[in-house]
Amino acid sequence: MLDGQGARARGVYEGEYILEVDRVRKEFPGVVALDDVQLKIRPGSVHALMGENGAGKSTLMKIIAGVYNPDRGEVRFAGRKLDIRTPIDALNSGIAMIHQELNLMNTMTVAENIWIGREPKNGVGLIAHGEMRRMTQALFDELNIRLDPAGQVGDLTVAQKQMVEIAKAVSFNSDVLIMDEPTSAITETEVEHLFRIIRDLRAKGVGIVYITHKMNELFEIADELTVFRDGKYIATVDARDVTRDDIIKMMVGRQITDMFPKIDCEIGETILEVRNLTLPGVFRDVSFTLRRGEILGVAGLVGSGRSNVAEAIFGVRPAASGQIVIEGQTVEITSPPVAMRHGMAFLTEDRKETGCFLNLDCIENIQVALLSTGKVDNRGFVNQREVNRLAEEYAEKLRVKTPNLAETVANLSGGNQQKLLIARWLLTRPKILILDEPTRGIDVGAKSEIHRLITQLAGEGVAVLMISSELPEILGMSDRIMVMHEGHVSGFLDRAEADQVRVMELAAK
Amino acid sequence: MAAQDTNFERAAPKAHRRLPAELNILLVLVGIALVFEILGWIFQGQTFLGNVGRLKIMILQVSVIGIIAVGVTQVIISGGIDLSSGSIVGAVAMVSMSFAQSAEYARAVYPALTDLPVIVPVLIGLVCGAIAGFINGWLIAYTKIPPFIATLGMMVTARGFAKWYTKGQPISFPTESYAFLGSGMMPVVIFLIVAAIFHVAMKYTRYGKFTYAIGANPQAARVSGIDVERHLVKLYIVAATLAALAGIVVAARGQTAQAGMGIMYELDAIAMAVIGGTSLAGGRGSIIGTSIGMVIFGVIISGFTFLRLDAYYQEMIKGVIIVAAVVIDTYRQKKKVK
Repeated sequence: MLDGQGARARGVYEGEYILEVDRVRKEFPGVVALDDVQLKIRPGSVHALMGENGAGKSTLMKIIAGVYNPDRGEVRFAGRKLDIRTPIDALNSGIAMIHQELNLMNTMTVAENIWIGREPKNGVGLIAHGEMRRMTQALFDELNIRLDPAGQVGDLTVAQKQMVEIAKAVSFNSDVLIMDEPTSAITETEVEHLFRIIRDLRAKGVGIVYITHKMNELFEIADELTVFRDGKYIATVDARDVTRDDIIKMMVGRQITDMFPKIDCEIGETILEVRNLTLPGVFRDVSFTLRRGEILGVAGLVGSGRSNVAEAIFGVRPAASGQIVIEGQTVEITSPPVAMRHGMAFLTEDRKETGCFLNLDCIENIQVALLSTGKVDNRGFVNQREVNRLAEEYAEKLRVKTPNLAETVANLSGGNQQKLLIARWLLTRPKILILDEPTRGIDVGAKSEIHRLITQLAGEGVAVLMISSELPEILGMSDRIMVMHEGHVSGFLDRAEADQVRVMELAAK
Repeated sequence: MAAQDTNFERAAPKAHRRLPAELNILLVLVGIALVFEILGWIFQGQTFLGNVGRLKIMILQVSVIGIIAVGVTQVIISGGIDLSSGSIVGAVAMVSMSFAQSAEYARAVYPALTDLPVIVPVLIGLVCGAIAGFINGWLIAYTKIPPFIATLGMMVTARGFAKWYTKGQPISFPTESYAFLGSGMMPVVIFLIVAAIFHVAMKYTRYGKFTYAIGANPQAARVSGIDVERHLVKLYIVAATLAALAGIVVAARGQTAQAGMGIMYELDAIAMAVIGGTSLAGGRGSIIGTSIGMVIFGVIISGFTFLRLDAYYQEMIKGVIIVAAVVIDTYRQKKKVK
């Protein structure tokens, strides 16, 4: 498609593996991040790379991308030792990476993003926009992507942006495409589309490295899989030969027999009742009740209005009409402080954007909600000793792994950040806990710990509203399930009658 | 990191405090002072630091801007900026002085309002500052315009107001009690009181903790129950009121007020904060750091005078030091966040 864009290995290189990571070791002061790991990618295959957060996946990706140099071992691409210094080197040599955080320029068009630095020129050396759009369209046709090349990237959904990144990778004629948790923020239908494109690329001989936490996807898309644990290579196996439990066992070194330790607990009286909550254009006529000790799961596709309803109930973005009744009293929730006064807590969906104070330390992250309730101060002066004691107590209870609580939160793994945020809310002793994607992007071990905690809280009488895109989590954890579809409630399911098919029918009908 | 996750598994996390970030800046200050000390012995044959009179003047020179810097630091920690402080100094100097004139002077601005108790011009000045700060804060919090623009507007407006107030005429002859506010080491005393109050506020009160939280992540702060808008208004009121206080001190010290007072003070105040480790990205900084930044400023100014170097060099070096401080700080941050 593109002439002169580097020598492509496909069809030229005859070796068994297109990308070989061979006994790579990388140490950081005090930490062995990678200990003699290997990873061998065949052309025309999808290779899943799995491991808990902190297993060394991202360090390896950074070595392949040339950000770090390995202390020992080497990375070979098409049989030759790889020498990559910058991301553009990587692209030019045929390795494309799609990071979790997408790297696109929102204020520029789709076409400009794809061809940046390689724009076609016209006779006088100016950028030929028409030609660029045609090239983009050709690329999209090839990949079955329906997007306007002249559209602004900022107007696209996460999934569409991902498509643009993939198209960009393809435009470099890459032999290896590395994708870091590509489905963590996109809907089921979009996942289907993504998988279709991945299969197309595989058929064209591209070697794909697919980093994921999700087991279901793995069995659907991967040919082979490699597992890392604590910086060590554990095994590479054929995806057809293993079960879900085998993989979990390899990843955590122990079998997590009960991923969703939901225990039945006493469900008390109604504490929250929502009636006909409406925010025009976003959601309409949302009504439900929530009782003490109950976990109400909220399922639905991304964009179905689930998070918006949670935001409205918590006062982040109040609804235009409808009623919220807490403990029998109609209340007007105009802002988060009001919601907190009524015993609510809200763990938001996006840990980085609306959750963590990344540059502040653990204590500062844990204490903030408690401080804003005004319960631990004397005329504005904070009783820091008491706050520290509480923070320590909850950090220990939630098994937050950090050298100490003065550590900057940016240095913690996603799972530990999430635990800190949960600790933040538990300190306020909520009666109603709203959790939006409580386990997104965190490793299996931390996930089951958080699930256990949620159940435990319900057992103590806390009413839990849990939004999740992971059906197994919804099915495993909820007493009842509310399914949303395009801004309205499409149905409720009891724990006993709910299964994957029923939920999906309601979510996508 | 993998090893980190496992190593600390059993250790119960404790609230250890790390070394204060201000230590680095303090070392820089000591380093710069020592360089001048050595150069002093080489070129002037005398001590730089051993001269108490010189040290007093040194602190005096910077403490007025230091008062402003205490407020600006808080605004910067919250992720904002305040460009209006210098103009507020000028405007408040004029207004406050016009109510502080002595009856002995025949051509007072308000001939009927002379020889008022000192509290009157001071309160009027502080209220003017608070109003300007309220406008800044309200615009930033509720119309969501960038702090840079809102305070730039105030900077231009307040300066215009200062000139309009007496059609450009200076105002002089304050009462003795008013002049006392700027006499001797009073500016330093006022700075120390202000710095102490806000050091405590930033470290030990909700006001301070909320300021850091808003600067680190305003959205997360909002969801955590902080009334971000109201807090921002408070912050800008504090910053402008402190600028007003500086204006009163400047006028009292000079025993005259001119519309051009305080030009560029806002930038020096921002520079002090930044040298002192306050991050323009928000969420980081401290009053102690800013105070050290202020002293670094003072050392450089009096150091150059002491070495009898041209004032031109002073400014150029000052510029270099501001940039160098931020470069070093950025580098340090990168190391901290792996």
